[in-house]
Amino acid sequence: MYIKLANGRIYDPIHGINGEQRDIYIHNGVITRKPGINTKIGKTYDLKGKVIMSGAIDIHTHIGGGKVNIARMMLPEDHEKDLVAKTSLTRSGCGYAAPSTLTTGYRYAEMGYTACFEPAMVPSNARQSHMEMADTPMVDKGAYAMLGSDDFFLRMLSSKKDQAAISDYVAWIINATKSMGIKVVNPGGINAFKFNQRELDLDEQNRYYGVSPRQILLSLIRAVTELGVPHPLHVHGCNLGVPGNLNTTLETIKAVEGMRMHMTHIQFHSYGAEGDRKFSSGAAEIAEAINSNPNISCDVGQVLFNQTVTASGDSLHQYAGHWHAHPKKWVLMDIECDAGCGIVPFKYRDKNFVNALQWAIGLELFLLVNDPWRIFLTTDHPNGAPFTSYPHLIRLLMDKSFRNDMLSTINKDAAAMSTLGSIDREYSLYEVAIMTRAAPAKSLGLKNRGHLGAGAIADITVYTDNKDKERMFSKPDYVFKDGDLIVSNGKVVKVVNGGTHIVKPGYDKTIERSLKRYFDDYQTMSMGNFKIDDDEIVEHGNGRLIVQPCM
Amino acid sequence: MMKEFAEVTCPFCGLLCDDLVISSNSHHLKTIKNACAKATSCFEAPIVDIKPKIKNKAVSIEAAIKHAIEILSASYTPLLTGLGTDASGMRQLMNLADLKGAVIDHMHGNALMRNTLVMQDLGWIMTTMTEIRNRADMIIFVGTDATNYPRFFERAIWPNKSMFGLKNEEKDIIYIGENLNIRSGISPKGKKPTVLKCQNDDINEIISTIHALISGSTIDVEKVAGIKAGVLEKLADKIKQASYGVIVWAPAELNVPHAELTIQSLTELAKYLTRSTRFSGFTLGGNDGATTANSLCAWQSGYPLRVNFNKGFPDYEPNRYSTNNVLKNKEVDSLLWVSSFSDTHKPPKALIPSIVLAMPSTKIGYTPDVFIPVSTPGIDHAGQLNRTDTVITLMLKKLRTSPYPSVANVIEKMIEGLR
Repeated sequence: MYIKLANGRIYDPIHGINGEQRDIYIHNGVITRKPGINTKIGKTYDLKGKVIMSGAIDIHTHIGGGKVNIARMMLPEDHEKDLVAKTSLTRSGCGYAAPSTLTTGYRYAEMGYTACFEPAMVPSNARQSHMEMADTPMVDKGAYAMLGSDDFFLRMLSSKKDQAAISDYVAWIINATKSMGIKVVNPGGINAFKFNQRELDLDEQNRYYGVSPRQILLSLIRAVTELGVPHPLHVHGCNLGVPGNLNTTLETIKAVEGMRMHMTHIQFHSYGAEGDRKFSSGAAEIAEAINSNPNISCDVGQVLFNQTVTASGDSLHQYAGHWHAHPKKWVLMDIECDAGCGIVPFKYRDKNFVNALQWAIGLELFLLVNDPWRIFLTTDHPNGAPFTSYPHLIRLLMDKSFRNDMLSTINKDAAAMSTLGSIDREYSLYEVAIMTRAAPAKSLGLKNRGHLGAGAIADITVYTDNKDKERMFSKPDYVFKDGDLIVSNGKVVKVVNGGTHIVKPGYDKTIERSLKRYFDDYQTMSMGNFKIDDDEIVEHGNGRLIVQPCM
Repeated sequence: MMKEFAEVTCPFCGLLCDDLVISSNSHHLKTIKNACAKATSCFEAPIVDIKPKIKNKAVSIEAAIKHAIEILSASYTPLLTGLGTDASGMRQLMNLADLKGAVIDHMHGNALMRNTLVMQDLGWIMTTMTEIRNRADMIIFVGTDATNYPRFFERAIWPNKSMFGLKNEEKDIIYIGENLNIRSGISPKGKKPTVLKCQNDDINEIISTIHALISGSTIDVEKVAGIKAGVLEKLADKIKQASYGVIVWAPAELNVPHAELTIQSLTELAKYLTRSTRFSGFTLGGNDGATTANSLCAWQSGYPLRVNFNKGFPDYEPNRYSTNNVLKNKEVDSLLWVSSFSDTHKPPKALIPSIVLAMPSTKIGYTPDVFIPVSTPGIDHAGQLNRTDTVITLMLKKLRTSPYPSVANVIEKMIEGLR
């Protein structure tokens, strides 16, 4: 059946279409050219004046895996005020900051999102991550495998194995864990913490291995680049949350010498140490560095004021941050000579100097980075705020007077230290479409998503324009997933499962010889069982695999 | 024809050893390598021939499921318990719980809750088996000797090789508790463990004293829970010297009132020690799919086990919604029991309509309304199960052909019938 979306205002930055009125045709879940005159159109939606974008893509959201599940279990009080009843269509569940998987899927779809990427999948925990994502309906999923603190990699690096062998290992991990890319978290820092190191700057050495975060970062970037993985290395840098860390961040940008790198939740890495309280905004310097280094992309990890929970692979800094836990409880884990995690609940307060300045720094970054193709909209869900606050964040970016009203309510000293009030920029709908659709799709190598041209998968969101952008983006009129109408008037009308995006970079299979020895000697799980089969995602996960080509 | 399977995962305790070699002639299995006594007896047990039953009368599987649907259909609040199944079975049980507004609990719910309450109160620092195997230079067993987890020492404490050059003889093993078999704690070359004998009731007092000593306090009594102050002082000093210490407990074996408070003393000690060195906890449990059930319940509902779905949304009350409690308080009006890994766990006897999905060899001890023999994940069909540390999920293999359906299959049919 052909479906026609008639007369909408199209925002499709990949094709340079900026609000022009056009028709869209869908056939068998795919956007097609206008069919022949004799073709019967099964259903027409008159969308005159409505805003049409492709389905939104969240490039960094902690939706599945051990640490998220620890957050859910640890925080019954998080769910209490946000219980979600079952309906004739949907299952029960709950929010808020650590929502159940089912509620996560419904809420993303109801906000117009059709794909979500879990950024910190611990390889040894990959199977559970995929099981949780399989139980996250409505949206397509994907994950980046975490490397850089795993002992196998550090043994290779410290024994000066050649880059080709390291690339083989990285490719093996991507294939074995069914991932879309690689993330490094505090390069080597999680491992250093296991040797009781409590900080690790870019050029400090791991006490046991004698390698530095810089070496780790460069080796992983080369591997990802050589393998042709579309998404550049996803980097959670050193010194997260540490005042003055902007210097480390600037050094990190210099260190990669023009190679592509995605710097995630960069807000948490853009802090100066000026002023009476030794905490200041480094947004201007960081934005300047991003503007002048076209190889760098970033997502912001915006902080918004509320109770949330921070869940991170960065056990070293999560331990350091546990003193600020609210409520006063926290979980830390060392994981399988592979990685680690830390879960610390946190309340961002608008009257707190540091929190208020974090909020301002995030917005400064959004507004000072010129190229929306290289800065993506995230709150590092749930670390800066739950993903459900995206519409509010979009309004802050699109509406200067609203932003300045908010600015006038935060901690006065923080407001005084921020340049936010002097920034006039307002994001356009076109720019929002870039940063939430076109750019993430491009960065991830999703060729037939993130746009509305012929051949694109029909993941489409229809909004009613509204001066209040928070309202507009909270409640789309329609959301189509693979051509199916799944959300109408902001509510789920059809439950679908979504697929799992993966890449399958090639590699020299002889790497399995040393891996087999490593597993047999040191691990408590066999190499064969570590690897995830396609069938597991399909048969046991109720899903399907979407293989994206490498470059 | 004989077929040999390697890298087989054993689903019969929470360690999920995955290096077993098992031969199969499609009906009978034989363990060839790496099976403990428990694994051998479970894998090699023959398939018992039995029919589904309604009130002890043999019926077809269709008739049994149909009757179960009638019971569930007439029920206002079913209790789904036992939950001895794999991830697929648990997914279907969660679906059924939501659909029918059921209370859901696991047969090892008490043990699960003891840990969960600690995590939800102050949190903890935990570690996993591979970290212990390679890094731990001190392992303190509290209230458990790990004999219920037969290969724990072999796999986590006394490996042939360690990644960081840590020798087995350099490790300090400490036991605190009652009736502990310390034989496994003697190193391969004969180094003896330190043993503090005490009642499980007294563990909390001893641990709290050690915590106080480590934090710089002095004690002015001669003995604490029957143990000389000097012994505790010496031990406290030793603990402080560890580079990577681990405290191991088994919540099911800490059968004392408010065991969560004892567990919290352990986890708070580990947290305190982490201010200067590295220390963490490790918990032995997760039998009968308990870790899988708890984790899966948490991701699908937002809460760990002991959830009541009767109001249409998850209502989490771990004390109130225990199997014992809801039966005693008559808060449920039908019972669905699931146990597909073990025939020794029996469903509770209740004066409400009962549906039992169990291994064919199970001696139930009373006549349930419906009995459906089910196959075992990891022997009769493939599946997924989570290890005790909540991190590792392993694939289970199909090793033989069983005439019985899986739990997932039976529950799915019930759901279809109820819709």
